[in-house]
Amino acid sequence: MTTTIATENPEISVAEIDKAKVKLDVQGLDFYYGKSHSLKAVSIPFANKAVTALIGPSGCGKSTLLRTLNRMYALYPGQRATGKILLDGEDILRPGVDLSMLRARIGMVFQKPTPFPMSIFDNVAFGVKLYESLSKSEMAERVEESLRRAALWDEVKDKLNAPGLGLSGGQQQRLCVARGIAVKPEILLLDEPTSALDPISSAKLEETVIQLKADYTIVIVTHNLGQAARVSDYTGFMYLGELVEFGETATMFTRPATRRASDYITGRFG
Amino acid sequence: MEQHTLRAYDEELDALSAELSRMGGLAEVEVGDALRAITRRDVATAQAVISRDDRLDEIEADIERRAIRLIALRQPVADDLRRTVAALKVSMNLERCGDLAKNIAKRALVIAESEPITPLTRSIERMGELVARRLKDVLDAYAARDVERAKLVWQRDEEIDEHYDSIFRELLTYMMSDPRTIASCAHLLFVAKNLERIGDHATNIAEIIYYEITGENLPDQRPKLDALEPR
Repeated sequence: MTTTIATENPEISVAEIDKAKVKLDVQGLDFYYGKSHSLKAVSIPFANKAVTALIGPSGCGKSTLLRTLNRMYALYPGQRATGKILLDGEDILRPGVDLSMLRARIGMVFQKPTPFPMSIFDNVAFGVKLYESLSKSEMAERVEESLRRAALWDEVKDKLNAPGLGLSGGQQQRLCVARGIAVKPEILLLDEPTSALDPISSAKLEETVIQLKADYTIVIVTHNLGQAARVSDYTGFMYLGELVEFGETATMFTRPATRRASDYITGRFG
Repeated sequence: MEQHTLRAYDEELDALSAELSRMGGLAEVEVGDALRAITRRDVATAQAVISRDDRLDEIEADIERRAIRLIALRQPVADDLRRTVAALKVSMNLERCGDLAKNIAKRALVIAESEPITPLTRSIERMGELVARRLKDVLDAYAARDVERAKLVWQRDEEIDEHYDSIFRELLTYMMSDPRTIASCAHLLFVAKNLERIGDHATNIAEIIYYEITGENLPDQRPKLDALEPR
């Protein structure tokens, strides 16, 4: 870890983590929306079986960074990324990468719950059917396991055939997490997953995230600094498309190295 | 430093620091007056020190309330968190300094009734002045957020310890040569011990200030005094 004293205030401070622990390694990533340069030479490691939070003011590039990690941006014209994103050492930005397989390895949950207009069971089974052919009992097992891991099973086990859209907002979001993990991805990307949820549902989702990190590499974009502090092991602070500071969350929230990160997390920004 | 977006947050943090500075001023006066009560055999001053100790206790309780409220309502992080926790810890150390000053004042009342032992009183006075200066230095360092000044206090605690050791030996000599001095010498020994402990609190405060400002801890081991002297 860096040992910079806070009073020296470097402009940028990116702590190194043991390469052996890195699951997804972003190196010198630039991203353009048409002519707008929205990520500038971002290099950030995401540690295996750990939660990394991305924080920063609106428009800082944190959601853009998240959307490059599973090449979500490829769905839109005029958007391009240069640099490297190494998943277990293999660059996922190079041409010829099977995007469908990539997204099976890297799942994503969005800001607003997005259940499909189908039953709770089918919502979870839907993605699995795209990648695997399971027997009926195997599928039932997979759905139950996923719902349990998303901390939703107890609330829905008696109404698996009810429509997913009939659940509360918090339940819908955990259903999306269950759907995301049902295909057994290696990485889970969460884009402000609790911004539309009440405090109790948010707490349940946070607990789910902490449980899930035993098996997954998790990246969470959040505007809720308390949430970043509660659930993450590492935190990256972004500003104007740059990664300003990255390091262990406990360090970031007790002695951030850069003035900009400090001003942001203490509520002094702008 | 930049202001918080929430102005009331700045006001609360500033009020916490201001309250602590006020407490520091009071603790300084308590220690200075307790020392004067001993060296000048001044009963009235001793009684004043004793009666004022409650005020330090009240301010400590007030700082604790403010800090807890701040933690609960503002959830401070980074330098704000360190500042809040530091205020809490410094106030505990100052409250202990007040207790020790009060104890010195109580002994001053007893010592005033016995025969004066002038050379010893001089030694106590020198040690007391050194301790009072360290306390003042560290409180100035807090007010000025001066890390180097705080570190200097921390580095020089040994000088106080050496004074204490020498007074201890001096007291033994008196007690052995004239058993009639044992009672007042025993009190003076406690006075010296109390002064030495006030010095320790000043050192603790220096460590807290260092952490508050840098986010780092000073090493466990202080450098030995001779290592500070030029070779």
